[in-house]
Amino acid sequence: MARPRPEPMQVVKQRRDAALTALVEGVPYIRFLNITFDRRGDELTGVLNFDEKLIGNPFLPAIHGGVTAAFLEVTAVITLSWEHMFPRIESGEIGAEDILTDENIRFPKTIDFTVDYLRSGLPRDAYARAFINRSGRRYASVRVEAWQDNHAKLFAQGTGHFLMPQPPTKP
Amino acid sequence: MVDKTVLARQFIEAIPHAKALGLDLTHIGEGEAEISMPYNEQLIGDPRTGVIHGGAVSAMLDTCCGAAVMSHPSAPGGTATIDLRIDYMRAATPGQSIRTRATCYHITRNVAFVRATATDDDSDRPVATASGAFTVEGR
Repeated sequence: MARPRPEPMQVVKQRRDAALTALVEGVPYIRFLNITFDRRGDELTGVLNFDEKLIGNPFLPAIHGGVTAAFLEVTAVITLSWEHMFPRIESGEIGAEDILTDENIRFPKTIDFTVDYLRSGLPRDAYARAFINRSGRRYASVRVEAWQDNHAKLFAQGTGHFLMPQPPTKP
Repeated sequence: MVDKTVLARQFIEAIPHAKALGLDLTHIGEGEAEISMPYNEQLIGDPRTGVIHGGAVSAMLDTCCGAAVMSHPSAPGGTATIDLRIDYMRAATPGQSIRTRATCYHITRNVAFVRATATDDDSDRPVATASGAFTVEGR
């Protein structure tokens, strides 16, 4: 049997980018910190766009430890949500509009999150990538790395556990 | 000791991110600190419910822990977070302020150990707890 013709690249890109934008820009706090995401296929990189209001120590200056923790956590939750939803985004089952409005689409909830501060965060952009250690039916474990100029020199890393959204119980 | 308390309060108020979150230091001294954060729509994590994002609570807990360290009688000066673990117990009730209370319960020449709790108006049921290690730095 002939393989179906692959979708045009623009269609694939448009669908994925629209879904990711909905996932990220629907959250006021992510806009407050001005965190954006770069996407390569299904791989995401969180970008913390530097601003003076992210400073925690004005004398060094350095990024606030709480901002670093929040940046790692946001990257973990978005990556986990993205990977969880990706098959349904690809099949067309859920679109950008559904992510914003459908009450049945829920997101993972943080149970706990631990951050190791390895270096002080310099007053410039930071990047983070999350790795899903395990994503089960109920719980997920995620590790996140964050760096600035040099990817080999992490300035923070984190590990968190998340409660996965449960499918609606059938009557 | 009064000088140090005044200094610590000024230090917290000089933090740009603490200002951005609208943090208010309501108590500080002897290794303890209390911070309050008013409800702010910019900090919402789930737009469907209006619940504040866990990250904002983390930032608050981190600030509160740092303030507790600096106010400890054995802490000579500044501090930085070495590690911080946050446990999220429940969503903070939308529309209510969040209050955090941190205690620096042990300090050595180099390391301070801190615990903190975050609550909303229902102070019997914590929203989140934190425990962490902080550096002890000379002035």
